[in-house]
Amino acid sequence: MTGSRDRVYTYYPGCSQMVTNKAYNISTKSVARVLGLDMAELEDWNCCGATAYMAIDKKRALVLSARNLALAEKTGRAELVTACNGCYLTLNKVNRLLAEEPELSMQVHKALDAGGMTYDGTVRVRHFLDIVVNDVGEEEVRRHVAGPLSGFRVASYYGCQLGRPFGELDDEEFPEIMDKLAGWLGAEPVFFPLKAKCCGGLMMTTEPEIGRKLTGKILKSAKQQGADCIITCCPLCQMNLEAYQDKVGTAIEYDCHIPVLYFTQLMGCAFGLKSDELALKDSLTPVEALLTAKV
Amino acid sequence: MATTKDLDSVFLESVCSIPDGDKIYECIQCGTCSASCPTSDAMDYSPREILAALRAGMLDRVLKSNTVWRCASCYSCAVRCPAGIPFTDVMYELKRLGTQYGLYPKRTPNAVMVKAFMESVDRHGRTHEPELVQKYYLRTNPLKFLSQVSFGLRLLVRGRMAVLAHNIKGVGNLRKMMAAIEENEAT
Repeated sequence: MTGSRDRVYTYYPGCSQMVTNKAYNISTKSVARVLGLDMAELEDWNCCGATAYMAIDKKRALVLSARNLALAEKTGRAELVTACNGCYLTLNKVNRLLAEEPELSMQVHKALDAGGMTYDGTVRVRHFLDIVVNDVGEEEVRRHVAGPLSGFRVASYYGCQLGRPFGELDDEEFPEIMDKLAGWLGAEPVFFPLKAKCCGGLMMTTEPEIGRKLTGKILKSAKQQGADCIITCCPLCQMNLEAYQDKVGTAIEYDCHIPVLYFTQLMGCAFGLKSDELALKDSLTPVEALLTAKV
Repeated sequence: MATTKDLDSVFLESVCSIPDGDKIYECIQCGTCSASCPTSDAMDYSPREILAALRAGMLDRVLKSNTVWRCASCYSCAVRCPAGIPFTDVMYELKRLGTQYGLYPKRTPNAVMVKAFMESVDRHGRTHEPELVQKYYLRTNPLKFLSQVSFGLRLLVRGRMAVLAHNIKGVGNLRKMMAAIEENEAT
């Protein structure tokens, strides 16, 4: 891919992708490189605040996201891209609140000013999945497929915060873009009615009985549809679905073992990238063995 | 000191002040929110009941139950509500009020977790997960921390556990902004 054809985006990895879910960050950058997307990491970004900070203090939470938006605006690029559903919704939501609530917005601007920053509201927050499907598009994605994943049955799990509450990118309850992408890669998307049901989020840690029940329904549904694996576009969902399969299985009395990977890892495999470029060894489920067998 | 009755009107006013918050008056008690909620079966009061309690000025009881902190922020209720009530955001407002007035049962797991999360972000500018998890278990059930050790090791061998916290360069700058917004609030 030539440099002149590269599309440049400001990239916001998000906290969880730095270490715990670094496989998502690594695989995102690897497939971006293949597609000629230059993901320029936002310099000195801070936590978006996620759902947690907003539950304690709204104004402080707004300042967190506003600082990131201000930094992004300063780059001169209009779009801020993240692959995390939580960051995507939080940054997007704050961006809207700043535009829609003048009084609150004024206070946030004063706070930014105290730190020597400004924000004019020009940044658009987007998800990496949106970039791949809508900016890059079918033709170009297909062109990079080195080894189609034929006969590979994939359950696409979207989680909550990609589509809800705004429904900007896809349907709020039955999104399809990841299924479409899986199809372009040569895989077979399975019908998956629980694709946008809640995995429990933080509750897998704080209220494990509730978390296991919710995650269990999702894993069971994917298996019942005959999926070989689940792909996701959210690091917290991925962790919840992959890390507790033994305990979840015991809780719902069903064998819940199934490989769970990021959609970017599936893309990378279809593109012929190496295991290291996709950090497949990071996985707690047998992702590498599955992909080696299938590709 | 404010009486419970006074607080109830403060709560009602706060909830109405969020964008579209005054739509709570258009609730027809149809129960779509409760039926859509993935965790309502684990709540003392369902989302529909919370709306009724809010309007009836009985919120104190709701906040002292387990209900509000079992909202996972999935927005299923919000996208389905026929009256357009942004119920997930109502829950956020109730969480904030509960925190502000100390009106939630002690050691409520999610309340402890979000507090630890906030402290981590305030300190480093980003979350430092091991610190966050450690604080959470120490403040809720230290014995449970032991049950997490083997999980922690599985992450550690894969290089998925941060040993040292990363502080953003602008952490001082961020603190200045936070101080400014607090000051603003006070005036």
